[in-house]
Amino acid sequence: MRIIPKEVETLWTLFTAPVIWAGHFLACYALAAIWCAKRGDLGFAVVQAGIVAMTLAALAMIVLSGWLAWRQWGFGTNDPPHDDPSATDRNLFQGFATLLLCGLSFVAVLYVALPLLFIDGCSS
Amino acid sequence: MTTLKARIKRNALPSAEKIEEEQLRLVWKTPIGWRYWTSVNNTQVGLWYGGAAFAFMLFGGVLALLVRTQLAVPRNNFLSADFYNQAFTLHGTVMMFLFAVPIFEAVAIFLLPPMLGARELPFPRLGAFGFWSFLIGGVFVCGSIFFDAAPSSGWFMYPPLATDKAYSGIGADIWLLGLSFIEVASIAAAVELIVGIMKCRAPGMRINLMPLFAWYLLIVAGMILFAFPPLIAGDILFEMQRMFDWPFFDPTRGGDPLLWQHLFWIFGHPEVYIIFLPAIALMAMIVPTFSQRPIVGYSWIVLAAVGTGFLSFGLWVHHMFATGLPQISLAFFSAASEAVAIPTGVQIFVFIATMLAGRVIFSVPMLFGAGGLAIFVIGGLTGVMVALVPFDWQAHDTYFIVAHLHYVLIGGMLFPLVAGVYYYYPLINARILSPRLGRTAFWLMFAGFNVAFFPMHLSGLRGMPRRVFTYPEGIGWDWLNLISTIGAYVFAAGVLVVVFDVVRPKHREPRSEQNPWKAGTLEWLNEPEENWGVRSIPIIESRYPLWDQADLMQKVNEGAYYLRSAKENRRETLITSVLDAHPLQCQRVATSTTITIISAALLGGVFVALTFELWILALLSGIGTLSAILWWLWTGTGETPEKKTKDVGLGLRLPLYASGPDSVGWWAMFITMVGDGTAFASLIFGHFFYWTIHPDFTLGQPGPGMRWPMIALSLFVAAWVAMLGARRLNASGWIDGARVALVAAFLLTLAASAAGFAGPWQHDMQPTAHVYPAIVWILVIWALAHAAVGSVMQLYCLARSLAGRLTREHDMELHNVALYWHFMAITAVITFAVIGLFPEAM
Repeated sequence: MRIIPKEVETLWTLFTAPVIWAGHFLACYALAAIWCAKRGDLGFAVVQAGIVAMTLAALAMIVLSGWLAWRQWGFGTNDPPHDDPSATDRNLFQGFATLLLCGLSFVAVLYVALPLLFIDGCSS
Repeated sequence: MTTLKARIKRNALPSAEKIEEEQLRLVWKTPIGWRYWTSVNNTQVGLWYGGAAFAFMLFGGVLALLVRTQLAVPRNNFLSADFYNQAFTLHGTVMMFLFAVPIFEAVAIFLLPPMLGARELPFPRLGAFGFWSFLIGGVFVCGSIFFDAAPSSGWFMYPPLATDKAYSGIGADIWLLGLSFIEVASIAAAVELIVGIMKCRAPGMRINLMPLFAWYLLIVAGMILFAFPPLIAGDILFEMQRMFDWPFFDPTRGGDPLLWQHLFWIFGHPEVYIIFLPAIALMAMIVPTFSQRPIVGYSWIVLAAVGTGFLSFGLWVHHMFATGLPQISLAFFSAASEAVAIPTGVQIFVFIATMLAGRVIFSVPMLFGAGGLAIFVIGGLTGVMVALVPFDWQAHDTYFIVAHLHYVLIGGMLFPLVAGVYYYYPLINARILSPRLGRTAFWLMFAGFNVAFFPMHLSGLRGMPRRVFTYPEGIGWDWLNLISTIGAYVFAAGVLVVVFDVVRPKHREPRSEQNPWKAGTLEWLNEPEENWGVRSIPIIESRYPLWDQADLMQKVNEGAYYLRSAKENRRETLITSVLDAHPLQCQRVATSTTITIISAALLGGVFVALTFELWILALLSGIGTLSAILWWLWTGTGETPEKKTKDVGLGLRLPLYASGPDSVGWWAMFITMVGDGTAFASLIFGHFFYWTIHPDFTLGQPGPGMRWPMIALSLFVAAWVAMLGARRLNASGWIDGARVALVAAFLLTLAASAAGFAGPWQHDMQPTAHVYPAIVWILVIWALAHAAVGSVMQLYCLARSLAGRLTREHDMELHNVALYWHFMAITAVITFAVIGLFPEAM
């Protein structure tokens, strides 16, 4: 079994990193909401640890998908605009756009995790 | 055909090209007389859609002027308090639901086929059905104010005010049911646009060459699928409470008004971006044209569109910062609200870079675009402010928010849209709008807007709350409000100038050139006099084909490319592959019909009858709708072509029929069911939401037990397996076996539905007693309603098979129904597992 997936040609890979962001966001929200509703302020460390773990996992997945995108983009050997009418340029465009989305999703996941630095309880 | 012969006779010796051209023209001809309204072609439907949305906008604008007039001076009695409530509620509702979203659907339906080099979108009748639904629903909602029956609880209809029949009257029902009907139209448009953009592009238009407008619209249509269904789910819960007293939002019986706020804003916030992105998409077409160069950072725009599309779903709670949710939850949404500024900003910088790198022509569209972006940036900055929880607590429900949202929506949507009207008007009428009037309109609107809305920041910070119908003098709000009202009238004068410019007769003016702005994208091939979209479907090799492909216009108009003729007298367009736009199929598309109007009118009848609780009429209209849609499907879809393949020109033969994932119908079903699944997920969210807010969710109420839900679950899975069996047997050629499997699937569905019903019924669960039985019943009803639709589909397939119209080779219906059943099976498994296992597990 190979660890690094081989290159696939589909539109859907473009959305990998934003989907990871969405999953991370929903999981953080659900964890905190359920914990705060059901357990009050007891053991908020569980929420913190959970969010840290999910954030690290999400960032790792985004880095991996970013690496795959970088590979699809030919490791940066070609510059945009990738507007030739060829399957090669179409593929490079997909790689580059996916890589950009990985960058945005990475930052957005960090943003969502940031509240942990400032908030240490459910306190409504 | 007699016309064709007559015309050929008139030209002494018509060339072969002339005959082909004339035949193509006849096939695509717009009907005349009253039949004009039966047209389903994207050009007419797009224009009607746009015209209706603009008319609603003017109506909403008049309401806004009434509101502003009332607020001009303190203690004014120009409007009564109740009429004021109706006016501002209807103003918000009309602008959001009847103008901002539909106008983008209109522009997309009108523009996309020529922009993609397609003759037509894949489902013209669905587009027309969406338009008629929108028109009927819109007139119904707007008309209510003339009977003093308009909704009056604010455009977001918060319970408990809006669930209280004594306070909110019938207006709330009109809002809920009228808008549910319009949401159906939006989802229909989303299906049409996604399939159109993915599968109907001209050969060679790979995704790296697709016009940015199409990229934006693809994302927006996807967002509609995930944003609108939660509101539909919320509407269902809301109406069940209003009609039958099921206590979803009543805290005394376990309900919670906050669930409505969640469902509304899961829709409501992405909605802002659903409105904003198409307008920015127009700018992405206009800026390169007037900068006379390709856009700088095409991939960055794709990043921005996709990124905004996703992040906008993580913002909804920032409308609920003052509701007492845990601070950690608020902080997640605050963070995401700040993050969305990144992709939004990227788009603005891309436009600035393109303008800096090119030689800018400051035309009227650029003026509106640039002015709009300046306004939008101010709205974006106040958005960053209110995304911070502590600031929001100060500004919440004050005029600061009114100022913020109008800066965002008018700057981000209305101004770019007017830019689009000035830019694309030549495609409608082959005339350009007056630059002089355009500039006058711009300065009136720009100045009027700022004079009207900037002071609202200050009146908000001085504590003036939203939605008050009057205020006392001497607390620092008087002159700010007067200035706002003056500004509103100046702004309205600017809008009137635009309206005058658009509707004034122009037949004496000279015809403009075919591409008056020297743009580079394909839509400028379109000749307004012709209804066929393009004379022949070109091969695309550039992002700006009119700039880069020499003689493209001439060759297209000479019919040098694909589908230059319509020998079989059928309307046809090409289906191409998603990534590289390789031609795959020649798709025949539907022609003019009254069935779309009839179906929309009957469905409208269902919603109107429900509003007035006329159950018999609602039932009859429902049966009528079902019959009309079945007739539409039976006569208008899944046609067996007279031959397998067709020569589409340039030596290429393409199949005329496809089924399964190769067919556009399969994709339409898939996309519809994704939206449907989102609505279902919203109901499941509701179930678990109630679980989180109660220490003991069931509160001693009886549950449906485990036995019946598990039996229902198993029978639904069996029905699904039988459906898959039917598809497989049909494909293997054993037609009788397939028919038996269909009958078995149908009987299993009936048995499964009965078992699903038996659980809550036998345990005597009273939906009016408490929210737990109510939410269980709603989930069961949802599953059973889908099972009913699924069983009609099974019978439809059986009938098609018996009629010889569903065969081994032509099995599109069976594939689509099997796909429906995948979603049906997921719905059933989740529903019955949740209601049967969850209370036991707890």
